[in-house]
Amino acid sequence: MELVEERVFEAERGNIGDITAFVTATAERKDIPSGRLPHLELALEEALVNICTYAYRKPPREVTVRLLEDERRFSVELVDEGIPFDPLEEAPQPDLAAPLEERSAGGLGVLLIRRVTDEVHYRREGGRNILALVINRERRAP
Amino acid sequence: MKLERTVQDDKAVVTVVGRLDAMTAPDFEKESLAWVEGGDRKILLDLADLEYISSAGLRAILALAKRARASGGAVTVCSMKGMVAEVFAISGFDAFLPVAADREGGLEAF
Repeated sequence: MELVEERVFEAERGNIGDITAFVTATAERKDIPSGRLPHLELALEEALVNICTYAYRKPPREVTVRLLEDERRFSVELVDEGIPFDPLEEAPQPDLAAPLEERSAGGLGVLLIRRVTDEVHYRREGGRNILALVINRERRAP
Repeated sequence: MKLERTVQDDKAVVTVVGRLDAMTAPDFEKESLAWVEGGDRKILLDLADLEYISSAGLRAILALAKRARASGGAVTVCSMKGMVAEVFAISGFDAFLPVAADREGGLEAF
């Protein structure tokens, strides 16, 4: 995939709004159907909350947001230098059928990421965690 | 995120306006648990004006539902639309919380 834009943010919950605005503005330009923008926003929030919470034991606490595209897809890569953490493997599987009293809050974020994106990939590369959230682009009429 | 609470008979009807996300969920949790402390038992969450919810928002609603249940009460939600309805369905929250299409149905669900 080809890099469209890249920006570095402090990995703070308070920055999730700014990061979302940055990603959404580019996604709109890149023909992501408007109905998919809430999906992108949700996957982004869930992934960033994970990074802000787990990824770092000490500063610099940065996350690099890389936006990529190919003919078919738009991808948001979240790159951090935190401890190795694969949310797709390590998050607990929520029991969706459990009654209220037994229902726990764990694992919901990753479940939502998986369900609202078209693809999600994790890789560890050069001491960095890289999580890719992929949304398919709208097909343009020929 | 803004919460507007009105009382109808023995029920508290709360309209949740805006976004229930990682930034606003702690406020929702604090305020909503105070309703239960204050004596609310039947709580209807009207989500017609809720534009966005994430897992942080779901957790806050779960915390309220558990607290209400522990106090002998119940939480019902109504008027969900768009991505909010979708997120409820994906997470299975619509299986353990009564969901009504509109406010009238929500009031009757208790």
